[in-house]
Amino acid sequence: MEGSKIAVQVDDLTVAYNYKPVLWDIDLTIPEGVLMAIVGPNGAGKSTLIKAILGIIDPIAGSVAIYNEPYEKQRKKVAYVPQKGSVDWDFPTTALDVVMMGTYGKLGWIKRPGKKEKKAALEALEKVGMLSFKGRQISQLSGGQQQRVFLARALVQDAAIYFMDEPFQGVDATTEIAIINILKELRKANKTVIVVHHDLQTVPEYFDWVTFLNVKKIATGPVKDIFNDDNLTKTYGINYKVAVNQ
Amino acid sequence: MEITEYFTLVFTDYTLRTITLGTAILGAICGMLGSFAVLRKQSLLGDAISHAALPGIALAFLITGTKDTNLLLIGALISGLIGTFWIRGMITKTHLKSDTALGLILSLFFGFGMLLLSFIQKQPNANQAGLDKYLFGQAATLVQKDVTLMAIVTGICLVVILLFWKEFKMLLFDADYTKTLGFNTRFIDVLITFFIVLAIVLGLQTVGVVLMSAMLLAPAAAARQWTNKLSVMLVLAALFGAFSGVFGTAISASQNNLSTGPVIVLVAAVFVLVSFIFSPERGILFKQIRFWKNRRDLQLQKTLQFMFDIVRDHPDISHPHAIKILNNFQGYTKNTLKKMEEKNWVQVKGMKWSLTQEGYHAAENLYKQ
Repeated sequence: MEGSKIAVQVDDLTVAYNYKPVLWDIDLTIPEGVLMAIVGPNGAGKSTLIKAILGIIDPIAGSVAIYNEPYEKQRKKVAYVPQKGSVDWDFPTTALDVVMMGTYGKLGWIKRPGKKEKKAALEALEKVGMLSFKGRQISQLSGGQQQRVFLARALVQDAAIYFMDEPFQGVDATTEIAIINILKELRKANKTVIVVHHDLQTVPEYFDWVTFLNVKKIATGPVKDIFNDDNLTKTYGINYKVAVNQ
Repeated sequence: MEITEYFTLVFTDYTLRTITLGTAILGAICGMLGSFAVLRKQSLLGDAISHAALPGIALAFLITGTKDTNLLLIGALISGLIGTFWIRGMITKTHLKSDTALGLILSLFFGFGMLLLSFIQKQPNANQAGLDKYLFGQAATLVQKDVTLMAIVTGICLVVILLFWKEFKMLLFDADYTKTLGFNTRFIDVLITFFIVLAIVLGLQTVGVVLMSAMLLAPAAAARQWTNKLSVMLVLAALFGAFSGVFGTAISASQNNLSTGPVIVLVAAVFVLVSFIFSPERGILFKQIRFWKNRRDLQLQKTLQFMFDIVRDHPDISHPHAIKILNNFQGYTKNTLKKMEEKNWVQVKGMKWSLTQEGYHAAENLYKQ
């Protein structure tokens, strides 16, 4: 990674809900082209970290830079995949319509999506293996299919950096493999992918970079260097390997 | 007056035409904006806003001393907006959940409004009577300029919805995501809320503070049953709202002394009821029919599977077997055999049945996907 560019730079980021700090003084440097997992126990602030970086939540202190510029100027370089459970899937719309939303950012206010945008959305649906479901009402999709639709919506944005909030939650093995293959493809294209992840077993297999988080940042770096018992214990408060093998 | 007479008079009689047009336009704009409220799960917001408008009407009368509708409605608009912003403030600044905040504002403002109304009634002023029409509405007081105002607001509202269609849709579905794309979600949110408040205020004279939220919610709830497309839902809700207005006015005009607001709301409720029962995809009737049909199909399939297991061991698949064997299988009835014959899965001869080629294939593919 020597000499490569810095995709995301977070300085002194602090977030609190009603006095209780959720994230405390986070410094984070994410190099370009990594596939990074954010791991930590429930309530560690993993989702909050992503949301604060993206400006969905206002931090009480700290700053975020994307490729050395303030985030507000660089929005178009960033795509977001929210948690599947964060929206109402009974909303009256189709899979294609949801994916089209990925084009709205570049269109800006008032302008309507046209042929070009529709083509991009269809391509993204094909990439996630959902083309045949394009006209399907979104409530009639399975959990895994809904997750793929969300992923397609982010792919349409054609961003440089992708933030994903638990994309593997509640999906079956086939979808998990399909998603991870897409993520690896993104990395090959030198995109930076940051994923809130829960399954520690798969971290070494899926990711090359990892951040341990529990309100404070415990460690961040290449999986092969820092994914070890010491950091897991510091993050989860128990000796992870011993606990698992019991 | 008979209803038929009403419909002949509506085109010639000035008053009737004005009222009908007014309630139709009101129904349409409320239906459209109500769809947004329903999809944002802010159904109760309309109720809170309309109740919050009451003190504004009373204060406007106390300050200006006139009963000019437009002035009173401006008072309603202001206090409705204040109520709305207090609700939003309470939800974001305190631990209170939105239902608590809505309930609090609704009853506080309504209580204050009622207090002011009773105060006004004690004043030695001949001009005081008639303010209580804003409680349950009085469509008969609609005049041409009220209807013109409604039409203008509805027109502006339509233009805004068309302009910001994709922004509205995206915000309704996924507000956080909308924010990450760089859209000012607060602006979109305030825009939607402002028009909802405006529509409610326009409806106070006709339907009244107490029933106004039904005008917003009923057409939207009914429309949601018939479509999975947001645009179609809005159009349907507008149509249902407009028809509720027209039919409500017709019924109340043809039956003496029935007040229009409640009748309109009841007509809208009929739309809801019919939609809940008869909509093909989401209605309870067809859901139940599908449930029965699936259960029956499953029974047939299980019987077929049972037969298949017997037949499979024979070299000749259409070798006849005794019907008696089937009695060993739970869930078999004579009716099932008849149904299977109709489907050409089996042939029945005397006391024996045999599987057809078609039935054999159906059984083979039953659990393959």
